[in-house]
Amino acid sequence: MTISIDPQKTKNESLQPKGWLRYFSFSLDHKVIGIQYLVCGFLFYLIGGTLASAIRIELASPMSDFMPRDVYNQVLTLHGTIMIFLWIVPVVNGAFGNYLIPFYVGARDMAFPRLNAVAFWLIPPSGLMLVASYFVDGAAQAGWTAYPPLSITTPQSGQIIWILSVLLLGGSSIFGGINFIATIIKLRRPGLKLMQLPMYCWAMLGTSLLVVLSTPVLAGTLILLSFDIIANTGFFNPVLGGNVVVYQHLFWFYSHPAVYIMVLPAFGLVSEILPVHARKPLFGYTTMVFSIMGIVVLGLVVWAHHMFTSGTPPWMRLFFTIATAFIAVPTGIKFFNWVATLWGGKISINSAMLFSCGFIINFVFGGITGVALAQVPFDIHVHDTYFVVAHFHYIVYGGTVFIIFSSIYHWFPKVTGKMFNEKLGILHFIITFIGFNLCFAPQHWLGLNGMPRRVAEYDPQFQFVNQISSLGALLMAISTIPFLINVFLSVRNGKDAGDNPWNALTPEWLTSSPPPVENWEGEAPLVEEPYGYGKEISELK
Amino acid sequence: MLNKNIYLILIISLVFAISFWIGFNVNLLPAEASINAPIYDELFKILFIIGLIIFIGMTIAVIYSLFKFRKRNDQIGDGIALEGNLSLEIVWTIIPSIIVLLIGLYSYNIYDRMGGMKELNHNHEMMSSNSEKIWAGISQTSDNEIAINNLSIEVSAMQFAFLFNYPKGNFISGELHVPVDQKVSMKMESKDVIHAFWVPEFRIKQDIIPGQPTILNFTPTKVGKYPIICAELCGPYHGGMRASIIVEEESDYNEWFNKNKKPEVNL
Repeated sequence: MTISIDPQKTKNESLQPKGWLRYFSFSLDHKVIGIQYLVCGFLFYLIGGTLASAIRIELASPMSDFMPRDVYNQVLTLHGTIMIFLWIVPVVNGAFGNYLIPFYVGARDMAFPRLNAVAFWLIPPSGLMLVASYFVDGAAQAGWTAYPPLSITTPQSGQIIWILSVLLLGGSSIFGGINFIATIIKLRRPGLKLMQLPMYCWAMLGTSLLVVLSTPVLAGTLILLSFDIIANTGFFNPVLGGNVVVYQHLFWFYSHPAVYIMVLPAFGLVSEILPVHARKPLFGYTTMVFSIMGIVVLGLVVWAHHMFTSGTPPWMRLFFTIATAFIAVPTGIKFFNWVATLWGGKISINSAMLFSCGFIINFVFGGITGVALAQVPFDIHVHDTYFVVAHFHYIVYGGTVFIIFSSIYHWFPKVTGKMFNEKLGILHFIITFIGFNLCFAPQHWLGLNGMPRRVAEYDPQFQFVNQISSLGALLMAISTIPFLINVFLSVRNGKDAGDNPWNALTPEWLTSSPPPVENWEGEAPLVEEPYGYGKEISELK
Repeated sequence: MLNKNIYLILIISLVFAISFWIGFNVNLLPAEASINAPIYDELFKILFIIGLIIFIGMTIAVIYSLFKFRKRNDQIGDGIALEGNLSLEIVWTIIPSIIVLLIGLYSYNIYDRMGGMKELNHNHEMMSSNSEKIWAGISQTSDNEIAINNLSIEVSAMQFAFLFNYPKGNFISGELHVPVDQKVSMKMESKDVIHAFWVPEFRIKQDIIPGQPTILNFTPTKVGKYPIICAELCGPYHGGMRASIIVEEESDYNEWFNKNKKPEVNL
């Protein structure tokens, strides 16, 4: 395949608005779409974060006194749904994937630019619809899991809007997944082998396979659920002979892989960031690739560990225990490899590096509680308690969100051509790290000692620990202030960063910052060793 | 070189010592009040110690690298071009695999001791002798002899309360009274949405599902009053859906039972 500039596309590009207006247009440029995903996701992160703060304010006292109980359930449902479907999944896949993958494979755009723009433009309307459902007749209030029969018996309009919104977001995710698979497999620059791709490509290939295989199951399930709600069918309605546990199987068949859809891209991103700032090659490239694929395969057969108390037969519990615990092996390999990447490097202690190291520490902690939770007898006590809440926030916030911030700092000079303020970045890290651990570490104890999740009121003996947790949440809310100040000041008045301030070797740095519309002025460079740090320049070709 | 290895061994033993000390001395769990609880706490302790060793070890490795290998101001150039080490990678594939496998086998053993692997469809366990399918739950190891003397209770859950039906006494109670050291066998079903029956001090939990009965057996070991908590989101008052289980001496229990007992209605 040759890479040529499609004249039709160039013509379209010239019709696109210029300047900041293009971020509000149906742009076909993968870089514009990537930024659209990122900014849109961040706005929803602020909404989801506000909802999280509301939850922590409610839980600062043992009584349900801050908001009505049904509103509390709407808030926790929206918090979960927004953070998963509108912040983490679109940003860690859509934003960084769109921005980076074409560079990494040496292409000028994604394989299907129009599909790409459609995938993005599905997100703002479905997100706004979801938020707006609160003002119609109350938002959905059955949790982001929407277990029937609760989701069938709560007010219908909120639940139906929730289903429509998640279906659209799932569609967007599938479009994105197809596009990434096609781009990575088919649009590689001539001469570039699969095993020479930067690790993020492998992570996105694995993630996209999970998206394409499991998201349609969620879509089908939610359509059946909507039939139960609006057409009085009885798929999951026990009154009509339906089975509520079948819904849980179908739901988790998507929603457990969804955890890997949220963390695998983060594994890829950290694999790009660590070698650059440690000035060392990524340790164990081949084992990293195999462990990603191992996680993809295992990730598809562990869903029932969310259902150990749901009335699953004993043999099934046993199988899912073993399958789940074994995910720790490929995941462990990756963490050992990252520490080995740091070992013996020349590490720059900067915002990107600190957030990545914070990710390693938080994720190891979350991974350890994860292996414990995989054990049926352990899980039976802590299932549906704050222990689980703490565990998954260690994975998705302490893990993925830390990497999102790390990536924003790492690629900020590439996207804007400006340097950010390193001191504000480090301040951001310190407040986030302390706030996060203060918020979620005590929740493990709460869960072990008898506080269930998704409650607006609790036993007064837990008040003190809950207040510590709320204090942590306050710090997390405050931590966005230095970040936002930093971004706004640096975009306006930041120092010129040059094309490659980190002296990185991955292909996106081998062009100007910000990059031209066609990514490279001339032909795309052939980067055979994206992690060739410490080698003679001549060896690198 | 020798010196370096001595330091490494020292640090590793220190990590192990700290982890074991914390594991044995820091109690994160509530009181133990059923046969299950000490078994659970044994598993918890082992997982806690292994987890601490890995977590402290990894954290030290990351912080040490950041400190030791940080770029000094006068330094230029890159670190060593080390792209991997196959034998090291094999080691950290095989050792975690073995640990995970051992934990899995051990937790299987724990689960078996808790009664989780027991076939749940035996009719002698159930008060209703029909052949309806009971999905799952935790059953206690029991021989038939004890099983006959089981205290059988039917639990129904609804938004937002638990009701405990004592078929032998022909009455329904909002509080669960049970005698200490006797096996209790519960058949649970929900009237509306999914609920869950959780007693933290017993370390047991089972969802209560509409249209699908589940069973839960346990043997309390300590006299006292413990909370029964609904653990599955069931509506606006989910947080308030609590009841109490009162574990009492057999004589106290009998007194309570006889006081509430209603005569059988003879038709």
